Amino acid sequence: MPITRDEVLKIADLARLRFSEEELDGFTAQFQDILDYIERLRQVDVEGVEPTIHVSLPADGAPLMFREDEPRESLPVEEALGNAPDAAAGHFRVPKVL
Amino acid sequence: MPRTLPPVIFVFPRCYRVMDIRDAHAIQGFVNSREISAREVAELSLARIAEADPGLGAFLACDSRRVLERAEAVDRAVRERPLPLAGVPVAVKDNISTRGICTTCGSRMLESYIPPYNATVVERLEAAGAVVVGKVNCDEFAMGSSTENSAFQVTRNPYDLDRVPGGSSGGSAVAVAAGMAALALGSETGGSVRQPASFCNVVGLKPTYGRISRYGLAAFASSIDCIGPLGNSPRDIALLLGQIAGRDPMDATSAPAPVPDYAAELDRPLGRLRLGVPKEYFGQGLDPEVKAAVEAGIRNAGRLGCDVVEVSLPHTPFAIADYCIIASAEASSNLARYDGVKYGFRVEAPEDLMDMYQHTRTLGFGPEVRRRIMIGTYVLSSGCYDAYYVRAMKVRTLIRRDFERAFGRVDALLGPVSPTAAFRIGEKAEDPLAMYHSDIYTVTAGLAGIPAVSIPCGFTGGGLPIGMQIMTNLFQEGLLLRLAQAYTREFPVVSPPLRV
Repeated sequence: MPITRDEVLKIADLARLRFSEEELDGFTAQFQDILDYIERLRQVDVEGVEPTIHVSLPADGAPLMFREDEPRESLPVEEALGNAPDAAAGHFRVPKVL
Repeated sequence: MPRTLPPVIFVFPRCYRVMDIRDAHAIQGFVNSREISAREVAELSLARIAEADPGLGAFLACDSRRVLERAEAVDRAVRERPLPLAGVPVAVKDNISTRGICTTCGSRMLESYIPPYNATVVERLEAAGAVVVGKVNCDEFAMGSSTENSAFQVTRNPYDLDRVPGGSSGGSAVAVAAGMAALALGSETGGSVRQPASFCNVVGLKPTYGRISRYGLAAFASSIDCIGPLGNSPRDIALLLGQIAGRDPMDATSAPAPVPDYAAELDRPLGRLRLGVPKEYFGQGLDPEVKAAVEAGIRNAGRLGCDVVEVSLPHTPFAIADYCIIASAEASSNLARYDGVKYGFRVEAPEDLMDMYQHTRTLGFGPEVRRRIMIGTYVLSSGCYDAYYVRAMKVRTLIRRDFERAFGRVDALLGPVSPTAAFRIGEKAEDPLAMYHSDIYTVTAGLAGIPAVSIPCGFTGGGLPIGMQIMTNLFQEGLLLRLAQAYTREFPVVSPPLRV
């Protein structure tokens, strides 16, 4: 399936990425090569096959882990904010939204 | 240790014993019996890093003061009781969280990120007496097969400095191959432990999905990702695995299956195993020298008293495409968290919130990571979801069934790890599909969740290591390592000297 520059820009927008004009042609060609390659899955007969979403299959057949939803000790606010590029008054700070 | 280990054997005048810094089993014995202190071992490790790493580029962080303090704490602890990994120097891949120590994932995005918590594996390593000697280089967010996608430095193969060490856990493989650490932790999605292990003449294990907690491992493809150990013998891998495996309340996908005594598993008799050789792993694209070495390895395995039969894994030709879709889809979702808000890089003076997101991610991520986010976003977008992503999950079921059928007939599968030995730095850097294809024999075990190991099985005429892969059914790490141990004991590989 051929992919256009506009489609690449639309996907980039969804992914919150940008491509400069200079990059765009090269990237589109590379992206096309990869899409052409993954097209080969169309050759496989998957009629009636269940999808594998996850392989988390404990050997003893036990269910996945659940726990009670109880409050536990968590990171202190200062530590949680410690790596933030910008923080103030116990919050993450971002550029003006409104 | 069976193999010739020329450059890094240390003789201790004080006790007239020889200790190989690459032998974790021996190190813990010496430290527990207090013939050698953990501090002395740490000093040796640090000295080797200082000597060899400038030429290799494996370490991103190594704080000697901190390492020595930690080793001294181990020396105090072993006065009270023995510890299974007492004093063993371990290198940790830089996508595994270490409290207070920068964890970059090989990305500009996390260049100055200092985690406020330890990964469960790091907690367990330290509880067992191991000494983390540093953080080691990897492809950005573990995406790559050569460690060239690191934002920070090139890591070189210790057997040929012009070649890659493999990846994405290239720094981990180099650290143990060059004797800078006795053991290392890497991580695997498509082959990122086994392939660098094969390129660097060490042992690398990808365990069963969920066998080791992923808490604190930066998420790439959550349904496939595993942490895996690298070392110089299957015995050392067993020693480490036994300490870090097992259920963890912090990772809901960690398996509740009990953890066997892997060291004891190694000592059990091998018995008459049935070994399968997947015919699809010997087709076009396999380098003749690698093929010859692996075929010789399979004949050797037969001499251990095992029966060797041919089997078929018919969906192997679709595995790379399948992996590409699933791993990219999960990556695009997982990497959405790097938005310049909570931690990591943020672009300066953005115009508005959207501008901040877009610029931060465009400048913070390298080309391969951006490529995979784009592929993943595309295959998950409306109109493509069923055609690509759902279909890929169905093909994944067929790949799993291939293995289920094979393990109905045989106990283990043998084959190559990678189609070639280590390639030249830069050789595949501009060709993403060629790079993806170097994972052709390893992505299948990742998709199926089964354990697999790479063990040394020979060298090319040009002196490059060749690995052989063994795969077993889910949770059969004991059998896997027992076979690997029997093989490496009976058929040791004579190594050329390291270049550093």
